[in-house]
Amino acid sequence: MLKAYKTVTEVSGPLLIVEKVSDVKFEEMVEVELPSGERRRGRVLEIDRDRAVVQMFEATRGLVVEGAKAKFLGRGLELPVSIDMLGRVFDGAGRPKDGGPEIIPEKKLDIGGNPINPYARDYPTDFIQTGVSSIDGMNPLVRGQKLPIFSGSGLPHNRLAAQIARQAKVIGKGAEKAKFAVVFGAMGITFEEAQYFINQFRQTGAIERAVLYINLADDPVVERITLPRMALTCAEYLAFEKDMHILVILTDMTNYAQALREISAARKEIPGRRGYPGYLYTDLATLYERAGRIKGKKGSITQIPVLAMPEDDKTHPIPDLTGYITEGQIMIDRGLHMRGIYPPVDVLPSLSRLKDKGIGPDKTREDHAGISNQLYAAYASGKEAKELAVILGEAALTDMDKKFSKFADGFEDKFVRQGEFEDRTVDETLDLGWKLLTILPRSELKRVKEEQIEKYMPKVKK
Amino acid sequence: MQREQKIGTITKVSGPLVVAEGMEGAEMYEVVKVSKEKLIGEIIELEGDKASIQVYESTSGIGPGEPVYRTGAPLRVELGPGLLETFYDGIQRPLDVLEKQTGAFIARGVEVPGLSRTKKWEFVPKVKKGDKVEEGDALGTVQETTLIEHKVLVPPRISGTIQEIKKGNFTIEEVIAKVKNKEGKIDDLKMYQKWPVRKERPTKEELIPIEPLVTGQRVIDAFFPITKGGTACIPGPFGSGKTVVQHQLSKWADADIVIFVGCGERGNEMTDVLLEFPELKDPRTGEPLMKRTVLIANTSNMPVAAREASIYTGITIGEYFRDMGYKVALMADSTSRWAEALREISGRLEEMPGEEAYPAYLGSRTAAFYERAGRVICLGSEKREGSLSVIGAVSPPGGDLSEPVSQNTLRVTKVFWGLDDALASRRHFPAINWLTSYSLYAKEIEPYMKEKVAEDWVELRTEAMVILQQEDSLKEIVRLVGVEALSLKEQLVLDTAKSIREDFLQQNAFDPIDTYTSLKKDYWMLKIILTFHQKGLEALDRGVELEKILTLPIKEKIAKAKFVEEKKMGDLEKLVGEIGKVIEGVKVEK
Repeated sequence: MLKAYKTVTEVSGPLLIVEKVSDVKFEEMVEVELPSGERRRGRVLEIDRDRAVVQMFEATRGLVVEGAKAKFLGRGLELPVSIDMLGRVFDGAGRPKDGGPEIIPEKKLDIGGNPINPYARDYPTDFIQTGVSSIDGMNPLVRGQKLPIFSGSGLPHNRLAAQIARQAKVIGKGAEKAKFAVVFGAMGITFEEAQYFINQFRQTGAIERAVLYINLADDPVVERITLPRMALTCAEYLAFEKDMHILVILTDMTNYAQALREISAARKEIPGRRGYPGYLYTDLATLYERAGRIKGKKGSITQIPVLAMPEDDKTHPIPDLTGYITEGQIMIDRGLHMRGIYPPVDVLPSLSRLKDKGIGPDKTREDHAGISNQLYAAYASGKEAKELAVILGEAALTDMDKKFSKFADGFEDKFVRQGEFEDRTVDETLDLGWKLLTILPRSELKRVKEEQIEKYMPKVKK
Repeated sequence: MQREQKIGTITKVSGPLVVAEGMEGAEMYEVVKVSKEKLIGEIIELEGDKASIQVYESTSGIGPGEPVYRTGAPLRVELGPGLLETFYDGIQRPLDVLEKQTGAFIARGVEVPGLSRTKKWEFVPKVKKGDKVEEGDALGTVQETTLIEHKVLVPPRISGTIQEIKKGNFTIEEVIAKVKNKEGKIDDLKMYQKWPVRKERPTKEELIPIEPLVTGQRVIDAFFPITKGGTACIPGPFGSGKTVVQHQLSKWADADIVIFVGCGERGNEMTDVLLEFPELKDPRTGEPLMKRTVLIANTSNMPVAAREASIYTGITIGEYFRDMGYKVALMADSTSRWAEALREISGRLEEMPGEEAYPAYLGSRTAAFYERAGRVICLGSEKREGSLSVIGAVSPPGGDLSEPVSQNTLRVTKVFWGLDDALASRRHFPAINWLTSYSLYAKEIEPYMKEKVAEDWVELRTEAMVILQQEDSLKEIVRLVGVEALSLKEQLVLDTAKSIREDFLQQNAFDPIDTYTSLKKDYWMLKIILTFHQKGLEALDRGVELEKILTLPIKEKIAKAKFVEEKKMGDLEKLVGEIGKVIEGVKVEK
């Protein structure tokens, strides 16, 4: 017995105010019926006695106060889930967007999700091979990690994300048996970008093991708030009930945060930094923290959120707060991109906090940690030498500086640069690293073990 | 249980804030159970019969008209045997018990006591019938873990004559002693007591901290020490290694008890601590570190109001162990998340905002929290001395220290470990900047260092710091006109500074030997580097070429000093003499 109220008194941005209601619950779903018969959905954001503030999930354009009927549905926002979701495309409200039929649900799940008990978590330790050297070699991703891509407008972060989604696989013991799937959530991206992803998934057949949630730039802004929660609820279902290893790609988190700001402003909340609400950290955490592994469950959720940093500024609230929650970041560099290097990953400010436990003898190779540190140190020295050369001229460099400078060039050109469809194994990546190190004198290789130099270094004396 | 019949009615729900009416007689900070699901909440504002309640669990599906049950008591923690080795959430619910009850995801409305009601502990009395006891006196002991003997104390405000005292195995709910006070009233004492988290536990007297809290981290112990009973602040942008420093401190600090509060941080990080601590051995006793540790985790996605409470839960447990005469260290990572929780609640209360929308009382709340640290004479006739050190991490947005949380924290803490992004990106760890950091305790611990470490400790430390300062100004010159413009002695200063940075300050948390360094070894390592410097200066005076000094093979040994085991410290002592001989042996070329 659902009551419908004709007491809609105010529409303000994405918010709707309904008065004289009774028995309404916080975060309850609302269906608004317009005089034309059209239905739109929303959710209770605040309830004060008999006055409910409802956040609409769809555009409020065309909404009228007069004649609108608000029906409170007596339940929270739920996502119908089923294994048949694989291979499908949905919109931000969870409706099919690919022309296919509605999902016949196995069950319905609240999209808010409950926090994982930290005691029940299992520490991420399994290496994921992305086939991208700058990630696998330098900042490896492990299963259950959340590793964002920090980028800027106009940079090829989406191509990189798509490449990772295509190539990601687990190597090592028992890897063959693992079921793998991608959940892709796009918020406020353009039609072309969305089409690019869909085509990528179609061409490689990956769409069979993917669930896509897409909200385009001209779709309702508020759906961007629910979209990642839908995607993650779907991922949790597949991971922890269907034993699959899920890679969740969320792009672009900047659009998400802006949508959040829009709602916050409409509610007239006191803004924090740059107008973003004070609870942005907590809100982002409720998304990012839904990555992980759980003791006794086979599946896992790995997250790669993509965000275009406004003005390439790392200290902007969105990347800043993201960085405090996620376990590292992959930095996309404009300079490398300008020089035509794909993927333009700057390994120096990039970081993977969980790499230490994911690499090594049983996971990748014994020399992985050593060579990664050595490449990092050598590249940093090379970059410094190059900066010096810019100020003082090439002639001012010592012989050693010149070698490092040459190494840095080689590193960018051979190691970082690779084809969009080039899938390197971790062995290939590491061997490539060793090959590059031959540019430097042996005495400079302080971070790799002597016996590993003997074993892995190509025996060409230059 | 007994007073829950007093019921109010919900009128408003906005996120974690619920407003209820019909709450006359309720007290500020009283705990209430909200709705039929009995979600735990706390009253944070009273106006007439209207109470604003912050709810520690998700309020989804709660609406006006539902009941609010009063409990008549403020938010309290249970203090007694069973605290150690336990992993709690922000309001002292054991997370392992929660997992057993509700599975891998935390459901709401679950009430679990902080201490086990069924476990039996062996109680050994220390007093007998007829003895007079006062508040804070030890009635007896319980061997809680292999490392820690738990003293069962007479709770504050109770004193008198022991009427009855038991011996043997009991649960914490059983009465183990009866005390008759002057008025003839008899108090039944159990092995545990409850204490409101927002109230400081009483002590006899506060003392000035004079002993360093040895952390095994060279840059901290030698340059920017913290004391037992002191306070420190670690602000750092993300990726600067703040968490690793906190973990290192909780592993190696020479406190008897360590309390680690993960306040609004990453879930995987807490899991890491949980998996690692039982494996790690205490360097002094060889026992697993977990045996002296209490973990409190309210990860960033857990309810925000419980995050606000978590640091108080932690510090109250810390005070309780301090009252037994233990040296306690509390790490809070990160207090910025606590402040954000405060801001979120304040915003929903529609309070007048202060700077960056933080409430105006942020400063006083921060100060009150850090003031609970200190070295004290505990209650009780024994005059036990206990201490509680607090180390708070701050996560300034964008690494900008001018923001309110950092500023308010710096105003009350006495040690500042300034983590530096640039150092971290050069892989200099721990990335504590030696030019911006400070410790106001350096003077106070001088007598201790002179007595326990070495007579010339103070001079050595000062000299090292001066060399680092000089390096900073010399580097300016080098950047402008090149190394050639410097005198030979200045060039030696640069080399020594590099040696201090790389061979002393840099420390690898993941190397089994390098991860911990004793004060003595700190001394010898510095002594080696500075002896080389002194002897080098003398050699330059004799006319020896700088190149010859800097290429001496003995430099290898200096660089490897950090990997010398504590047991073989004699090697370092010998090295000092060796360096002297080697440099004096360098011949001047004609």
